Amino acid sequence: MARHRGRGIASINYPIGMNLGGDPSQALVHSNPSGKFTVSLSSIDLGQGMKSVTRQICAETLGVPVEDVYVDTADSDTGPHCMGSFASRGTHRVGNAVMAAAKEARGVMMEAAAEELEVNAADLETDGRGNIHVKGAPHRSISTKDVAIAAQFKQGKTISGRGIFLVPLSDVDPETGEMSPATCYAHACLVAEVEVDDETGDVAMIRMDSAYELGRALNPRLVEQQLVGGAWMGISHALYETTEPYYPVSSHGPRDFVEYLMPGPGDICPHDIAVLERPAADGPFGAKGPGEMCANPVLPAVANAIFNAVGVRIDKLPITPEKVLRAIKAQGGARPQPRR
Amino acid sequence: MSKTALQFRHNGRDVAIFVDGGTNLLVALRELIGDMTPKFGCGQGGCGACSVLIDGELHLACLTLAETVAGRSIETLDGIKQGPNLHPLQRAFADNFAAQCGYCTPGMLMAAKALLDRNPQPSRAEVIEAISGNICRCTGYEPIINAVLAAASSRARA
Repeated sequence: MARHRGRGIASINYPIGMNLGGDPSQALVHSNPSGKFTVSLSSIDLGQGMKSVTRQICAETLGVPVEDVYVDTADSDTGPHCMGSFASRGTHRVGNAVMAAAKEARGVMMEAAAEELEVNAADLETDGRGNIHVKGAPHRSISTKDVAIAAQFKQGKTISGRGIFLVPLSDVDPETGEMSPATCYAHACLVAEVEVDDETGDVAMIRMDSAYELGRALNPRLVEQQLVGGAWMGISHALYETTEPYYPVSSHGPRDFVEYLMPGPGDICPHDIAVLERPAADGPFGAKGPGEMCANPVLPAVANAIFNAVGVRIDKLPITPEKVLRAIKAQGGARPQPRR
Repeated sequence: MSKTALQFRHNGRDVAIFVDGGTNLLVALRELIGDMTPKFGCGQGGCGACSVLIDGELHLACLTLAETVAGRSIETLDGIKQGPNLHPLQRAFADNFAAQCGYCTPGMLMAAKALLDRNPQPSRAEVIEAISGNICRCTGYEPIINAVLAAASSRARA
């Protein structure tokens, strides 16, 4: 009886957003007389950071400080339509909609500033610190707050913008079935190292090394946070979680956190992550979306690592000690594969 | 059902409430005192979201009968900030991106505080053990462990 180390590799190709149907999302941006901007969305931030990322996208597009933008999310009664927060679509779809809305609002803001400064709007630029000035003549300047006040109380203009992002519908070729289901793909490769106990069937995570190509990382710390947390969920789906451990006898299913297994803080392993930034052609500032793909490569990599360690191929998730042990017994013992 | 008068200290302040027999401390804190920082996760001691300190010791509020805390001192997340400043653990959680949805965060912070109060310089293994009763769905635990270690080392430097 022994513990065997094994290494497994997996690569994934991950489409951003939903296929077909156009997968649209809308955004509205308007300024308040205080010179601050509000982004209205029906999209939901579950903690991934979509509010932060759409705030950055709006501020960057408008040319104002990020502190001057407020993002109001998740009221589907009063907000513009959104398909939802899923399919890793938030940064890409909602971000594109916010960018379009902010572009339109910026146009009005520059026109209003031009009227106040008595110049052509095309000659103006923003300094990113809350001022608009004539290119090459920073002293001919007006604050975005004064522009907002002038637009509201003097010019009678709404500094606002509408944005929508819709993926062009792809026709299916009736002969070949060929189509273009998504416009934007992210990629990842992950190496998992595990230790399998051939007496208990227990699989321990030893380490993970991964590389993610997910377009421009608009907020690198949030991307890292997604990748670290998502990999944990990948371990959980690979080795622990299921609502039906003894299917089809559902009465044996887990009823609480004691029976529904997930890896705890002592079951995690070192994870070295490399983020490769190759800007997406149709992403906001080149962004794709780290969302769900952060969990995906872990599962096949762990399954491959178990095969490498003891020579058993488990194709049903989660890979519980019981499944590993039965498979090892069925083949008459552990058969470690050449170390890779 | 008759109500029982109950007095205890809540984050350094004396409070008095009337509780029904069988009321747990989590309900007493959230619904009768209005301190919403201890969270209701599972209601049966499996997730740690309702963690509070009773006389400095870590307890699950959902499994604690309210009447048993008479005369004792309860500390919740609502009480750990120091005046206008965040507690070093709160600061470290923010700096280390140790929260995403935030639901486990109050319980995690109290479990971490209980640890650092009795062991200011814990090892990584001790941090892991201290937060093992608290479930987090988002972070993968690594940022939380790092945050607790960072808070301990910043305290050591201070």
